[in-house]
Amino acid sequence: MSGLHAELRLPRRGFELDARFDTPMSGVTALFGPSGSGKTTLLRCIAGLERAAQGRLEIDGECWQDAAQNIFLPVHRRRVGYMFQDARLFPHLSVRGNLEYGLARTPAATCRIAFDQAVDWAGIGPLLERRTPGLSGGERSRVALARTLLTSPRLLLLDEPLAALDHAARAEILPYLERLNRELSIPMLYVSHTTDEVARLADYMVCLERGRVSATGPVQDVLTRLDLPLAHTDEAAAVLDATVAGLDREFHLAELHFAGGSLQVADAGLAPGMPVRVQILARDVSLSLDAPQHTSILNILPARVAEIAPDRPAQALIRLDIGGTTLLARITRRSVAHLDLQPGHAVYAQVKSVALLR
Amino acid sequence: MTLDPTPIWLTLRLASVSTLLLLIVATPLAWWLAHTRSILKTPIEATIALPLVLPPTVLGFYLLVGFAPHGIIGGPWQALTSSALAFSFAGLVVGSVIYSLPFVVQPLQNAFQAVGSGPLEAAATLGAGPLDRFFTVAVPLARHGFISAVTLGFAHTVGEFGVVLMIGGNIPGQTRVLSIAIYDHVERLEYAQAHWLSAGLLLFSFAVLFLVYFLNRRAAKA
Repeated sequence: MSGLHAELRLPRRGFELDARFDTPMSGVTALFGPSGSGKTTLLRCIAGLERAAQGRLEIDGECWQDAAQNIFLPVHRRRVGYMFQDARLFPHLSVRGNLEYGLARTPAATCRIAFDQAVDWAGIGPLLERRTPGLSGGERSRVALARTLLTSPRLLLLDEPLAALDHAARAEILPYLERLNRELSIPMLYVSHTTDEVARLADYMVCLERGRVSATGPVQDVLTRLDLPLAHTDEAAAVLDATVAGLDREFHLAELHFAGGSLQVADAGLAPGMPVRVQILARDVSLSLDAPQHTSILNILPARVAEIAPDRPAQALIRLDIGGTTLLARITRRSVAHLDLQPGHAVYAQVKSVALLR
Repeated sequence: MTLDPTPIWLTLRLASVSTLLLLIVATPLAWWLAHTRSILKTPIEATIALPLVLPPTVLGFYLLVGFAPHGIIGGPWQALTSSALAFSFAGLVVGSVIYSLPFVVQPLQNAFQAVGSGPLEAAATLGAGPLDRFFTVAVPLARHGFISAVTLGFAHTVGEFGVVLMIGGNIPGQTRVLSIAIYDHVERLEYAQAHWLSAGLLLFSFAVLFLVYFLNRRAAKA
C-alpha cells in the first residue's frame, strides 16, 4: 500500500495523542491545528523520536512501527529529514562540518544530491568555514535545510520552520520551502498553525484538535468545508490550482485556467504554461442571479450553490461548485432570503479580488 | 637531607589509574543520571555524593570492613586474586575511585544535562546511531565537563589522606603516598622533607585548579 498510514497513540500527563490518518507520500501534507493540539508530538512520533509511542506506522507499505509485533525502527534507520524549529546546528562543528555530518552517514547508493549542489541550492557557499553560533536566523535555517537534504531523506518533516524566524528571515526562507517542494520531489509533512502557510505550501491537510485528527483531505476541500471551523474565520478562503493560459500585453493581465473555468489576474511576471495557485477570500465573492452586464468586476463565474450554512448573526456562507472547483462566498442572510438561494440553484459568482499565492 | 621520591611516583600512579577507572565508571553513570526519569535517580545521586560530606575516616572504616578477607569486597577479591585487598595498592585504587566519584560524576552529569537531548536528536535524524552520536556529539559538546572531571578526580585522589590511612596504612612503595609521607615526616620531626613535599603539593593543586577555571572560562566564552 503506498502512502503514509499512521495510527499513533501517546499518552502524556493531561494530554493524549491518538492520531489516525492516511496521507499520500508525495507533495506537501500540512499537519494543521492550534498550539497544544499535538502537531509537534505527532511529527516526533513519525520521526521515531518518541519511543513511548504506541500503534502502527507504515510508509509506502514498509512497517516502521507496530506495537503489536514489537517493531520499532530507530530514528537513525528511518531516513527522515527533520527540520527543528530551532535548527539545532552542532555548535562544535563549522557549517561545512555540519553539512558533512549527515552526508557521511548516508549510504552512497541512496545519495541523490551532491555536496556542492546542496550548498548552491541553499546559497550558503560563503558560510562554509564559519562557526555556527555566529549565523543569523535565516542562515541557520538554510544550513539546517541543506544539512537535512544531504541525507537524501525519504520523507521530510518540518516543525514550523518559520516560527522562530523574524519577518525578514521568514520571507527569506519561504521561497526555499516552495522550491524544495517543486524541484526535489521529496514528500513533506509540514507542521503549521497558520492558514496562510498552509494555503501557500500544502497539497493535503491533516487537521488536529486536542490530539485527535478532526479532518483530512486535499487543501482545496478541507479549507472550504462548511462543517469545519476553518471556513468560518474572517480569512475564510478557497484556494485554486491553475495554469497560465495566456497574457494580455495591453492591459497587463494574465488568463488562468482551472478545472471548471478561468480567471483574469494582474500579470506579475507570469509565463504561459506556469502552474500557479490563487486564493479567493469568501468575503470577496458576491452572488447574482443573472449575469451582470455593466460592471467593473472582471471575474464573473457561473456557479451552482452546493451548500448553505449559517455563519454570523447577519451572514451566511455559501459553498459554490464551479465545474468541480469549490469557491466560498460570504453574503448577508438577508440576501440569501431575498434571492431565495437553495442548494442546486444556478448563480453567478462575482469575484472582487484574486490573490496569487505562488 | 634526603628526599625519597617513591611516594611521589606512587601517588602519581595511584591518581592516574584511579582517574582512568573513574572515567570508565563515571561516564555511563553520569549519562544515566542526566537522562533518566527513574525513581532511583535521587537515592543514587545522594549515595554518590556521600564522600563529599562524610569524614574520610568513616568511609575508610567501612571500606576496611568491606575489604576484610571475608568482607563483601575483600572475599570475592581474595577468591579471584588470592591476595588481600586491604593494605594494598589495589585496595587504594578501589578506595580512591569511591572517594573521588562525586568529583567526576557531578561535572559530567552537569555537562550532559547542559548538552540536552536536542543535538542528539538532530544527530539521530541525520543517521547517527546511539554510540556514534555519543562520541561525535555528546562528548565534544561536554568537553569542558570532561576536563573538569579529569582534573578534579586526579587532584582529589592526589590529596586524599584519611581513607588511605584507614585502608592502606603506611607501606613504602605500596601504600605510602605523598600525604602519608608528609604526615610521617612531621611525626619524626623531619620538617625540611615535610616542607618540600607540602609546598610541592600546594603548587600542584593550585596549578590544577587554575587550569580548570581557565579552561572553563575559555569554554564559556566560545
